[in-house]
Amino acid sequence: MSLTLFAVLLPFVAAIFIPLLYKWLRSVHTGWFVFVIPLVLFGYFLTFIPDVMNGNHYYHSLPWVPTLGMDFSVYIDGWGLLFALLITGIGFLVVLYSIYYLDKKREALHNFYVYLLLFMGAMLGVVLSDNILVLYVFWEITSLSSMLLISYWYKREASIEGAQKSTLITVFGGFTMLGGIALLSIITGTLSIQEMIAQADTAVNHPYFLAAMILILVGAFTKSAQFPFHIWLPDAMEAPTPVSAYLHSATMVKAGIYLVARFTPFFGGTAEWFWILSSFGLITLLYGSLSAVRQKDLKSILAFSTISQLGLIMSLLGIGSAALYFDVPDEIYTGAVLAAVFHLFNHATFKGSLFMAAGIVDHETGTRDIRKLGGLMTIMPATFTISVIGAASMAGLPPFNGFLSKEKFFMALTDVTEYSIFSIESAAIWFPIIGWVASIFTFLYCAIFVFRTFGGTFKPDNFTKHVHEAPIGMLISPIILVTIVVIVGIFPNIISPVLLEPAIASIMQGIPQDHPALSVDIYHWHGWELELFMTIAVVVLGSLLYATMRKWENLSIYQRERDPVNGLYDYSLKGLVSSSTGVTKLQMTGRLRDYLSFISVFLILLVMYTMFKFDAFGLNLAGMSEITVYEAILVLFFIVSVLAIPFIQQRVAAVALLGFVGFYIALFFVIFRAPDVAMTQLLVETVVVILFMLAFYHLPGLRKEKDKPTFAFPRVIISVAVGITVTAVALGANAYQQGHDLIPISNYQVENSADLAGGYNVVNVVLVDYRGLDTVLELLVLGIAALAVVTLVKLRMKEGEDL
Amino acid sequence: MSMKWKTNNLLFIHITRVTAFLILALSIYLFFAGHNNPGGGFIGGLMLATSILLLYLTFDRRKINKMLPMNYANWIGAGILISLLTGLIGTVVGKPYLTQFFDYFTLPFFGEFELTTAVLFDFGIYLGVGGSALIIILAIAEDT
Repeated sequence: MSLTLFAVLLPFVAAIFIPLLYKWLRSVHTGWFVFVIPLVLFGYFLTFIPDVMNGNHYYHSLPWVPTLGMDFSVYIDGWGLLFALLITGIGFLVVLYSIYYLDKKREALHNFYVYLLLFMGAMLGVVLSDNILVLYVFWEITSLSSMLLISYWYKREASIEGAQKSTLITVFGGFTMLGGIALLSIITGTLSIQEMIAQADTAVNHPYFLAAMILILVGAFTKSAQFPFHIWLPDAMEAPTPVSAYLHSATMVKAGIYLVARFTPFFGGTAEWFWILSSFGLITLLYGSLSAVRQKDLKSILAFSTISQLGLIMSLLGIGSAALYFDVPDEIYTGAVLAAVFHLFNHATFKGSLFMAAGIVDHETGTRDIRKLGGLMTIMPATFTISVIGAASMAGLPPFNGFLSKEKFFMALTDVTEYSIFSIESAAIWFPIIGWVASIFTFLYCAIFVFRTFGGTFKPDNFTKHVHEAPIGMLISPIILVTIVVIVGIFPNIISPVLLEPAIASIMQGIPQDHPALSVDIYHWHGWELELFMTIAVVVLGSLLYATMRKWENLSIYQRERDPVNGLYDYSLKGLVSSSTGVTKLQMTGRLRDYLSFISVFLILLVMYTMFKFDAFGLNLAGMSEITVYEAILVLFFIVSVLAIPFIQQRVAAVALLGFVGFYIALFFVIFRAPDVAMTQLLVETVVVILFMLAFYHLPGLRKEKDKPTFAFPRVIISVAVGITVTAVALGANAYQQGHDLIPISNYQVENSADLAGGYNVVNVVLVDYRGLDTVLELLVLGIAALAVVTLVKLRMKEGEDL
Repeated sequence: MSMKWKTNNLLFIHITRVTAFLILALSIYLFFAGHNNPGGGFIGGLMLATSILLLYLTFDRRKINKMLPMNYANWIGAGILISLLTGLIGTVVGKPYLTQFFDYFTLPFFGEFELTTAVLFDFGIYLGVGGSALIIILAIAEDT
């Protein structure tokens, strides 16, 4: 296994040891062990930079489930590497921060860091996998670990609700995406993303193309919190702040962005892709910034601001995809992707630092409510500085990196008005207008964030604890992030050849390699262009709005914090629960025989339908072995015992007779020379007897049920029908084999079991070697079933209780 | 297990003392026999469960808890982990997940014998099946 594959799996491996380290080394904060992992991985991924800068990519594949075409393949190009560095880089800063944020004595650190590592590995898997099914698996693990982290303080009602909401929405999207993946693999006949991209030209005309695009986009939009799926993100703020900084602003919510950009070479250049991405992106941008202004909680402000910024990046990717419409695009089409990639990087830095600052405020004051906060400037000068730089960058002020990408954003929006494709004519003017209005409100909420927390007068009565500056350990991470904000702001070109150009090159596959759009040169002064005037107007109008806030902050629309889209969610969740309760009540009668009837009827219908459809009935008795006297007698006894069971009135006798049937079956296995199966059957019968002995004295006597014959009759029909079905399948299968001269797979297995697997007992070799995966999964099912039985028995519901 | 009808059945107790361990030994034998003769992790695991259940049928629950201070639920987890992790051995050398390896070795006196990763895998099954059967039945027994 190559080192790179191991790098992706390292967090998972480490996660196994965390609980042990937590248990044995309680005196050391578990975070210190975790800290090493992203740091090492960050260093490791840095070594890929020279190669990727030269336009190369790294590819390594390991067969995982070769028969399904599911290979664990790692593909590292500029775009994937940028994410890998963000995940590991922000990762170790967040872990460092969390060491001071989470108390060693009071918090369940082993849970926290296991979930965090699980997430880190899954996220690396998402951005580095080339096989789309593997990517999907990792994608769902990120949803799972996000859910676990949101519900980390699981005793709080709001945590559980937030976790539920995020899971329902993102898993719904993930499942939809799986549909899109299936369609993609039908269109292209491959599961490798790069091979799909190579077929982009022919795929456009496929009838499933649009459906695949929409399904994939639902997945991306739910994950990246695009309108109207964004409602889970503010509720996800119930997670500890390091998690919010890491998953819900810097990395996981960008998985949707990652996927969209990854598939831009495939879907890009079509009008649908352009319109869906840019319109949803712009709506999200505007909606997020308008909602952020109304929030009173620091983390909620940041959550809506993240939504808004994700919309910004999404819309830029949409606009930038237009470039792929041309073989050699004009310069006006290519600026947007640069802006998207650059802003993605910048957002991770400034939003990460802002979240950490909000966490510090929460940690040291005990509240995040801006109505209580104020005047912290002198008490927490370092946090204040961090917040000012982060917020200024987010608002798009020079000389910080946010200014540069905001300028690029405005430039891309104004360029849209000159587009001559996708019948854009009159709609084009709305692009810069929406972007500009949203930016005014972005400025406004940045101002609210900083001045409501740090400006004004300090009111000691609002706080239950002594307010002071955070310990230095907590400040290191945000300081590193704002340093990047400043350095990249002043010297943007130090990251352009290293990170931005390779990333843009992978998104813009398909345009010539020497195209000027692929070489990035960012500078502050563009001259007195429209973008600069837009920025100036944003600052002026934003400041004006903040200054007049007292006049409009009592308006009812400003007071309403809760997102109206939540109403829709609540309504549909209620509907889902009540209708599924209805369906459950319909079938869960609590009587075993009903369940058996359901299963049997379904089996009969399904199998018989298939048999009729393919005309699979047949009778061919050629090649049958003779029936010996032994077998005949055994069958006779067998039939008599089975027929006798329904007529027995005592429970002991009925069970004993049922046991007989089991032992007869074991005898059949012996006759047909299957000692393993016979032994298993005997043991199962024995265990059942023990179980029965334990439960026997507590069972009520067999009631004589006075069922009307109309009730019993269907059951007779069902049981006869099951018998007929099974017999028909057996006879049909046999006839088919005789007619087609098929060779059973068992021949191969029997012949090779000693040579290939080193075992002479072929049944066992099938279990542990040929079909090992089946066995492992069966064991998993068995384990889950066992735990479920225990849970059902121990947590038995009281009378009248219901799920 | 507090069963009202249980008396101090001397014969039963004494036979159990012997047979339980015979069954346990048989279960271990079956487990190791599995690769070349009838047996294996699944059968062995069930046999293991029956031998311990026999103890539970005979003796006081508290006594057994003292004798075998174990949480059978952990067996399930350990079993699944062992089986899953032995699958990884193959991936280290670039083979697909769950590839099993074997080789023959010759030791003086003992003669030729075989070592295989399938035994480790099977051991996971052994623990998992045994643990599952035990906790299901004990949960039901404890409840009544």
